Amino acid sequence: MQAFLKTGKISNADKPSSSGTKVVKKKPPAPWVEKYRPKTIDDIVDQGEVVQVLRECLAGGDLPHLLFYGPPGTGKTSAILAAARQLFGDITRDRVLELNASDERGIQVIRDKVKSFSQLTVSNKRPDGRPCPPYKLVILDEADSMTSAAQAALRRTMERETRTTRFCLICNYVSRIIPPITSRCSKFRFKPLARENVIKRLQEVCEAEGVDVGNGEILQEAVHTCEGDLRRALTALQCCQRLIGKITPEGLIEVTGLVPQELVDKFLSTKNYSELEAFVDSFLMDAYSASQLLEQLSATVVQSGHLTNKQKCVISEKIAVCSHRLLDGGAEVMQLTDLGCTIIMANSDP
Amino acid sequence: MSLWVDKHRPRDLMKLDYHKDQAIRLKSLVQQSDFPHLLVYGPSGAGKKTRIMCLLRELYGSGAERLRQETMHFTTPSNKKIEIMTVSSNYHIEVNPTDVGIHDRVVIMDLVKNVAQTHQIDSSGQREFKVVILNEVDDLTKDAQHALRRTMEKYVATCRLILIANSISRVIPAIRSRCLTIRVPAPTESEIANVLHIVCKKEGLSLPTELAMRIAKSSDRNLRRALLMCEASKVQQYPFTADQKVPEPDWQIFIKDTARMALSEQSPKKLGEVRQKLYELIIHGIPPDIIFAGLLKELVRNCDMSMKCQIASHAAQFEHRMRLGNKPIFHLEAFVAKFMAIYKKFMEDSLGDVF
Repeated sequence: MQAFLKTGKISNADKPSSSGTKVVKKKPPAPWVEKYRPKTIDDIVDQGEVVQVLRECLAGGDLPHLLFYGPPGTGKTSAILAAARQLFGDITRDRVLELNASDERGIQVIRDKVKSFSQLTVSNKRPDGRPCPPYKLVILDEADSMTSAAQAALRRTMERETRTTRFCLICNYVSRIIPPITSRCSKFRFKPLARENVIKRLQEVCEAEGVDVGNGEILQEAVHTCEGDLRRALTALQCCQRLIGKITPEGLIEVTGLVPQELVDKFLSTKNYSELEAFVDSFLMDAYSASQLLEQLSATVVQSGHLTNKQKCVISEKIAVCSHRLLDGGAEVMQLTDLGCTIIMANSDP
Repeated sequence: MSLWVDKHRPRDLMKLDYHKDQAIRLKSLVQQSDFPHLLVYGPSGAGKKTRIMCLLRELYGSGAERLRQETMHFTTPSNKKIEIMTVSSNYHIEVNPTDVGIHDRVVIMDLVKNVAQTHQIDSSGQREFKVVILNEVDDLTKDAQHALRRTMEKYVATCRLILIANSISRVIPAIRSRCLTIRVPAPTESEIANVLHIVCKKEGLSLPTELAMRIAKSSDRNLRRALLMCEASKVQQYPFTADQKVPEPDWQIFIKDTARMALSEQSPKKLGEVRQKLYELIIHGIPPDIIFAGLLKELVRNCDMSMKCQIASHAAQFEHRMRLGNKPIFHLEAFVAKFMAIYKKFMEDSLGDVF
């Protein structure tokens, strides 16, 4: 018995050392998007004016209410997170409340959580005595998916608590934010990123990761498939690297789920119904996505040289209708057949 | 004795019969230190599930194949009790959230939370995460999909999700961008024929090449269906002959019959009969969108181009409305009635030209 207890003790004594070694075990690698998120506002790609304004705000230590809007992957969230880090340093955690669309964000949360957070007063000194701005920051990411009731509940809170809290709203479509909110904020538009800058950034990341991308062509391709969305381009590159082990144009198309351009062209030049039926069948059997096809088709139709304006109108209108129905959950085979018929008719009647 | 489909299902990534480069990639993915969330999509019978089971075996060894069934209970915020069947092993749990209709959000949030909060007991020799497999992600409500995206990020340390969908059109982009998407195209006809040969050889049967091709052709590139058909025709008649009749699924014949009725006569009386048939199809659990696709395919067969266009556009319209509404029969019937009207008008016009 004694020995049993003793061994128990010994193993207990052993334990800390074994768990000590365990701590050293490396953490799973983070997604590149998080790993290479800009640390300071000067790292942000493009967006010269916004960065300029933010920099002056930071120098003065004061911040207006902010409203950032622009297409996805242009650095809106990165900008405010970097600014917050520069403002608050290591107390960022206590001073910033970040809510995005996946958090519960109805009117109740605005009334309770946001309001009580914003009513707290904070000092203008850090725990270690260094100065810091005497306010907190509430970041409402993806604000365009908030209900307008919740937005309306925010109005008075924003005004009354200006002394202690700054708000930053981030959205893709400024038109979905109610006017009383937009008029209380200084608005910043984030432009789609310029090609060269995206490529430069991607190159830096690839170099840091030790990934061989050859000459710039593959990156050109990556930027083209992702339409100026830096986050999507980075994710695509990482997926491709992970899955295939190297980065190739075909791999990029595969991981982003794009439809090969030949198929789009083939669909656009369908001549008769049986051809269409066969195309739709094989298209769906190969598990391509219909909504992706519509997206690419729309771009192809608009830029196409050999379609007349009338044809473009007819086809584009149908694309819009079908895309709406697909979003509502319509069957892909039906919508593609319908669209295909319209294309056939348009092709035979220039 | 199990069906051929289950008996001869490949259990190892390297033993898969087609999409071999993909299998190699998946294998190398498992060997890397981090394993992302996966979104596997492809038509039914393409082998999504087979690949995932192989992947799990590769991850955890044969322990992942010891399955048990459990019923789990959840309570919705409105205090409604719901229960759902799950299939699980020590390392993974598989669930079909659409079984509970609009309450799928609760299932997803609670289930993933449950799984993620329990760590593996002995994490040294194994992976430190468990796997949650969600079926039919494309049929989840938008609410559930949004709930998923936060859950995916929050519990990434202890749990990985594998999502299965038929098509990614209805999966929101936010989820797509968080997963490594893996496309599983349906096997080609020659690949199916090849598999049929292999299976028959394992069973000790001889299969004429011609019959294999015919089965492959009538299976709509669905490997599961092809194997079932092959087994059915073996029961019907063995030894095989090259011109043996391949049994077709009943419902396909039934839909063809229904379409033929609509073509034969256009009158309210006939419409009533068609309705009976449609009801019967729905009662037997044939999904309405398949009925729609089948009807469209049969009805347009001998129409001219402009009529085909009209019918197709109406079919698309009624099918869309069917998704929004909740009684498929109305929309199916509306489509048949519309077709009858168009067809009759066309016939009368063309007859009028003759006289």
